[in-house]
Order: sequence, then C-alpha cells, then structure tokens
Amino acid sequence: MTRLNSKIPSGPLESKWDRHRFSEKLVSPNNKRKLTVIVVGTGLAGASAASTLGQLGYHVECFCFHDSPRRAHSIAAQGGINAAKNYQDDGDSVGRLFYDTIKGGDFRSREANVYRLAQVSTQIIDQCVALGIPFAREYGGQLANRSFGGVQVSRTFYCRGQTGQQLLLGAYSALCWQIERGQVTMHPRTELLDLILVDGQARGIVARDLVTGRISAHTAHAVVLATGGYSNVYYLSTNASGCNVTATYRAWKHGAAFANPCFTQIHPTAIPPGGAHQAKLTLMSESLRNDGRLWVPKVSPDHRLPGDIPSIERDYFLERRYPRFGNLAPRDIASRAVKVVCDEGRGVGTGGQGVYLDFSDVIEQQGLDVVRERYGNLFDMYHRITGEDAYQAPMRIYPAPHYTMGGLWVDYNLMSTVPGLFVIGEANFADHGANRLGASSLMQGLADGYFILPYTIGHYLATANLLPIPEDHAEARGAIQLVETRINRLLTVKGHRTAAMFHRELGTLLWNHCGMSRTEGGLTSALQAIPKLREEFWRDVMVTGSGDSFNQELEYAGRVADYLEFAELLCHDALHRQESCGAHFREEYQTEDGEPRRDDARFAYVAAWEYRDQAVPVLHKEPLAFEFVPPTMRSYQ
Amino acid sequence: MKFTLKIWRQEGPHEPGRFVTYEAHEVSPGMSFLEMLDGVNQRLLGKGEEPVAFEQDCREGICGSCSLVINGIPHGPDQGITTCQLYMRRFCDGADITIEPWRAKAFPILKDLVVDRRGLDRIMQAGGYISVNTGGAVDGNVLLIGKDQAEAAMDAASCIGCGACVAACKNASAMLFVAAKVSHMATLPQGRPERERRVSAMLEAMDREGFGSCSNQYECEAVCPKHISARFIANLNHEYLRAGIVESGRPSEPESPHAESS
Repeated sequence: MTRLNSKIPSGPLESKWDRHRFSEKLVSPNNKRKLTVIVVGTGLAGASAASTLGQLGYHVECFCFHDSPRRAHSIAAQGGINAAKNYQDDGDSVGRLFYDTIKGGDFRSREANVYRLAQVSTQIIDQCVALGIPFAREYGGQLANRSFGGVQVSRTFYCRGQTGQQLLLGAYSALCWQIERGQVTMHPRTELLDLILVDGQARGIVARDLVTGRISAHTAHAVVLATGGYSNVYYLSTNASGCNVTATYRAWKHGAAFANPCFTQIHPTAIPPGGAHQAKLTLMSESLRNDGRLWVPKVSPDHRLPGDIPSIERDYFLERRYPRFGNLAPRDIASRAVKVVCDEGRGVGTGGQGVYLDFSDVIEQQGLDVVRERYGNLFDMYHRITGEDAYQAPMRIYPAPHYTMGGLWVDYNLMSTVPGLFVIGEANFADHGANRLGASSLMQGLADGYFILPYTIGHYLATANLLPIPEDHAEARGAIQLVETRINRLLTVKGHRTAAMFHRELGTLLWNHCGMSRTEGGLTSALQAIPKLREEFWRDVMVTGSGDSFNQELEYAGRVADYLEFAELLCHDALHRQESCGAHFREEYQTEDGEPRRDDARFAYVAAWEYRDQAVPVLHKEPLAFEFVPPTMRSYQ
Repeated sequence: MKFTLKIWRQEGPHEPGRFVTYEAHEVSPGMSFLEMLDGVNQRLLGKGEEPVAFEQDCREGICGSCSLVINGIPHGPDQGITTCQLYMRRFCDGADITIEPWRAKAFPILKDLVVDRRGLDRIMQAGGYISVNTGGAVDGNVLLIGKDQAEAAMDAASCIGCGACVAACKNASAMLFVAAKVSHMATLPQGRPERERRVSAMLEAMDREGFGSCSNQYECEAVCPKHISARFIANLNHEYLRAGIVESGRPSEPESPHAESS
C-alpha cells in the first residue's frame, strides 16, 4: 500500500530548505567511500548528480544507453536556462521566479519545491560559469539575458541556440573528471531493464549491455533515476528517438507511484508534420516568439501567399486573445490557441496543420543582420528541413509533444515511494505542475543534480539500514531471469508487423484522444483500444536477430512494449482529472470563450497512481496547499 | 524518387564486412536521409531480414550520434550539417549512394555502420574539464568576459563530438576535436589554471587511443557539421608549445612534502 508523505519542512517558505539541510544527517567522508550509488541517465540531472556524488566521495556507477554520456537529450535544449539573478534590474527576484513558476504550472505544483528551485537557480548559473560554460555576454563582459514565454522579466541565460548542449557538456566534463579520478564508473551503451528491490529498498538494477547483449545485475546502496520524460509515447514528438519510459515504468511496476502522467506539454512551435515517413518533429525554439508574430488569415480558405495578405486581413490570434503577453503567452495557452484556429479551418500549409510565425516586422525594424545573429541557426535548420527561406516568407509551425511534467512521484527529498529510489530531472513530477515554463527544465535538471539530491541522498544513506548484498543475491537473479524471459518472448513472436508500426498506431491514438484536448468519450475509447493493440503486439510483432548481440530492433521493441502499457496509465489519469488545467485540457471543462476551467475544490492535488497487477491502477492523492500564493484564475489576457 | 544504396554490412568487430546493394523506393524529396534509411529497414524487417544498424538519436543535428560516410564524405555532400539534417531533395532521382561507417583505427566497427567512439570520451577524461567542485562558485558576473571572447569560446565549444573530423582525415587524427576543447577552455579565464596540464594530457591521450597526427590538410574543417575552424588547431599547437615552455620554466616538484623546508 502506497503512502504519500511529501516530507515538506514546516515553517516559513524562505528558510525551509536551509533548515532542512541543517537537520539532515550527514555521512562522514570515511563512510562515503564504502557507499555505492547507481545513477541511470546522463542528461543534465544525471550527469550533474553523478559528478557531484563522485566529488563528495561516494562511489558512483553511472549508466546510459548512448555510446557516450554527452549525447543525452538535454543536449537538444535550445533556448536557455532561467535564474533569478535580476542582473537586468527589471524587478526579478527569487519570489518572482517562484510566483511565475507556480502560476505557470497552473497551481498544480508544490510551493516548497518550487521555492527551493527558485532559490537554487542563482547558484546554478555561478556553478556553470565556473565550469567554463560560454554563456552569452554583453560587450562589457557581463552575462546577457533574454526573455521567454509566460513571464515579464528577462531572466534567461543562454549560449546562442545551444544552451542545453553547453550546459550538458559542462556537466559531462565534470563527470569526465570524476571518471578520471575513479570516483565514477561509466557504463555507456547499457540500458536499464529492471530494478532490484531487497527488503523493499531499491538496491540495484538489471541492465543489458547493448553491444554484447549480456544481461547483468548491478547492486548499490541507492538508485537514482534520471531517465527523462515520455513524450515519445506519442510516436511523433520533439524528443530524440531513444528517449523512453522504460526505466520509470519499470520502477512503477515495482511500487513507485507515478504522478500526474496526463500533464504532457505540447510545444507550440515545431515544424509541422510532413508525411507518414516522418520519424520526429523538429522544435523551433520558443525564443523565436520574442520577435516572431503568430498569425493566420482572417477568413478561410485564403490561397494567397502570406506576403500578399495585408495586415488588416491577418488574425494575430495570440495578440488578440492575450494582449498583455501577446506572442509570449505560455506554451499550453499558445498551443491551444494554434489548435483553435486550425480547427476553425484557418490553418495554413499541408492539411491545414500550421500557422505563420512571421519575422517581417522585426526584420524591417531592426534589420536582417540582427535577426540572423539572434536566430541564424534556427532559420538555417528550418530551411534545410522545409526547403523554405524564413527570411523571405514566414515560417509555418504547429504544436508537438515536447516535455512531460508528470513523472515518478517524489517527496521533498526527491525520493520516490520506494525507499532508496531517487528520481531527478524530467523523470520526476515535482516542480512544473500542469505546465512548464520555457527555460525551466534545464534549471530543474541542474538544481536536482548539483544542489538538491547530493544533500538529500546523504540523509537516506546515513539513516537507512543497508546491509551488504552480493550481485548474485536471490532478488537479483530473479530479476535477471524475468528480463531474459521477456527478451526471449519478444524474439520468439516472429510476427508480421514491426515495432515501429505499433508505435505509430499507438501514437496516433494518443494524439487524437489524449493530446492537446481530451474528452471523456475519446479517453474511454482509447482505454478500450490500447489493450487490443497491446495484445496484437505480443501476437504479431517482428523482431529480428538475437538477444546476445547488438540488436537495435530488440531495444526498440522492448521500449514500445512498455509504451503500450504506460499509455493506459496516461489515459486513466487524463480521464479522472475532470478539470482543465495547464497542459491538460478537457473539452467538457472550459469557459464560454474557450479558456480552461480549473476546479480547485475537487482537483487541487497531485494524482499519484499505484500499480496493481492485471487491474486498474489505484489513485492516491497528495493535497496541494497554497499557503503563500493563493490560487487565482491564471490569466494572461 | 528511388535510389540504389550500397551499404556496408558487418556482423561484428572481428567479422569481415562487405557492401550490400539495396533499393530505396518511394522516397520523397522532403524525407531526411535517415528517414529514407528507416524505410529501407522497415522493408528488410518485413522480409524477416536484419535491418541495417546505424546510429541516430536527436535528429536535429546536435547530439552527435549520427555518423555515416555518404559517397565518401562524412555527413554527406553538404557542408555544416550532420547526416540527420541531410534531406533527399539534395540527391538526383535514381542516383547510386554509397554508405559507409566512420573508418579509423581508433573507431572499431561494432556492427554495420556503428562504430565505437569511446576513444573521444577517454581523451575528454584525460583533461577536457575544469576541476571545480560543485558549490561555492563566485557570482557569474565577477568574471567579466568580453563578448568577443565569449563568442570565440562558444565557436570552439560548439563541437558535438561526432568524430567526422577523424573519419575525414587520412591520418585519422582527432586534432580538431582536441583543439576545439583545448581552445574553448584556454580562451576563458576559468580554464587558465589548468591550461598547460590539459593540453599535454589530452594530446597524450589522443596518441594513446591510436588517433593519428595532423598534417594540415583541413579535411576535418571541411566536413565539420559545426564549422569548427582549423585555426583552432593552430591554437592547439600554440597551447602545446606554450605549455612546454611554461612547464620547463617551473621548478620541479619537491620530492617529499618536507623538501621545501630542508
């Protein structure tokens, strides 16, 4: 039976984290050497946690499925990282970052966690500068900032359009140092396939060497999952192909509660889908909305070229509906507004799935060179993919699954409901509520990895009773056997359809029924269709090759199998949440002018789901109390 | 569109490899090169044959996973992009396309078009970092770094570690890769304290891993998807020479901690 205890320290918001750190037990340097921590994933959260834990003196076993830890998908984050530095003196503060994030998350996140995140944000920038990250600078040498969606201050630090890359390479370099020192043992091309629990505590993982196919157990005193989000459940998303739900889903099956899975962020500005061959959607950074204006023709159909449509016949729909924030409205709101105009038949491009993102005004006012300097790499990328020149004609963009606010439930210490299993970065649910603001995921990943987990895990290791266990412990052997059985099952079906076919079908189903807007009827029908698709998968999937060799198709099929189970959890959560909040929009719950209707009386809680074998998952509620920011109607109008 | 593909197939590191010809049908100009290969693989799977193994992940040109030599050129015919950013409209309908893995002694082939690039990680582990602990960093604005300097560091730091530079070099040298990291860190004040040690350690590691030496042909620069300039190699040579002079001018390490007081 799952019990949710968020362990939020009492007392004033501003001093919760300081007091909590002081009350935490420490592990002495001599004892740290004797403790091993497994870190799975080497994105911003995983790499920063692994390197910091290594530096503190723990022995770290670090795993990633890529050939190098530097390739984790954090690398693709474009826009920037937020911090409450107030370098621009534009009224920013820890309190304002906290408030913006709580409001941006539509009052579905924990105040204490978010405040801590805002506090730690300033340290992150300093740490990253110390690591040699080449942030953009002003001529005088000070750090430069830009503004991002959903806020009215400039607090976003950036490295051209490659901020995620630079931050990840910084964390990776810190990791390299600890590998060189022997504090971290790196296992690249190794994929987690199961968790090992001993006496109810997370004590290790079962992993497959992706080159040799060897399956082995790795034991430790605690396990940290930094395995990212599950947007790829939609098949087409802005995530990298390898991103998957397997690690967090396996943990769920072992008793870790899964929180708010229906909070999935659909990013407004991706290049529209092209054809059936398409393998991924490419994001165009949110920073483009600083200067680009979104519009569609006022009446449809309008077959004129965009440049031939006079301003008066254009509908700048974000500026019209949200005059205060205009084109910088938060992601969930912008995405839905795009959907609305496309549903009205006013969309542009193939299949009417697209709106214009127009730079002609800024080019006219500030010149081509300024725009080229700011966004050159994005315009180039757009040109390569579409064959069109966005300096001449507006871009066409359409929303795409991008980030998942939901994830494994964690307490204030970032520990899941399984003792010893910590979850950081996008893989947990904690900080973004029902919608994440731009440039906040990099902040959260590094906050968790550099500054929060290394403290909180120490307290667990100092206080838990952890007996030594051998790698051939009965639980480890049992877990290995289960993994082997499952792999053999995948290989022996020898059906007629590829894993990609099932994945695409599942993705289409979810996009239609559990995407940008959801209804009871749609979700119910999805819940009926998913088990059937899953049965078909296990009856008819085709996986070639063997289990004891390099076999990419086998890796992929295993991930798809997990998506086919996880999708049900996603729909259950979306069905139960009878309100519209943040990224979760239920058509039944909207105002007359199409704005979401949140229901704080019934749904101001975190929905944490517990796994039940062969049965509907069980819902547990963690009530959300707002002591410091009273929930208000989230208005950007 | 349709194409005839000659693809390198190799079971494992110690098996002999060979070119196998495949036809790619129903290709549209808006397909990416990797989506075209996805199509080939789906058809192979449909026939119960093993698909071609190749690496890819982000498909937006930043993770550095994709690594194909296309018609003899790493990342294909266009400059400044990775394989995943290459679109089929770039090719003539009906053309023959040869696809090979990165070829270098330091990059053993694991399967088909997938190579082992851990050598690059080991070079980074030898010195591609600034040794600072987490916590206690000074305010980011304490170090004033001019815009030009920051931009120069960023130019070097853009390297995605794909290894195309090695694949293009007749000596299979990793000089451009090492030069990018050394230059990035030597340009910034934070990287200065370890500057000499870093360049020596990284170059030693490069030799140890079996990468060749640089003979200034600049093929690395020509194929680099991030336009990393070969002038960083000049910078690397400068750093290496400088390190030699600085190191030789330094008093040798005392033999025991008490030596100084004796």
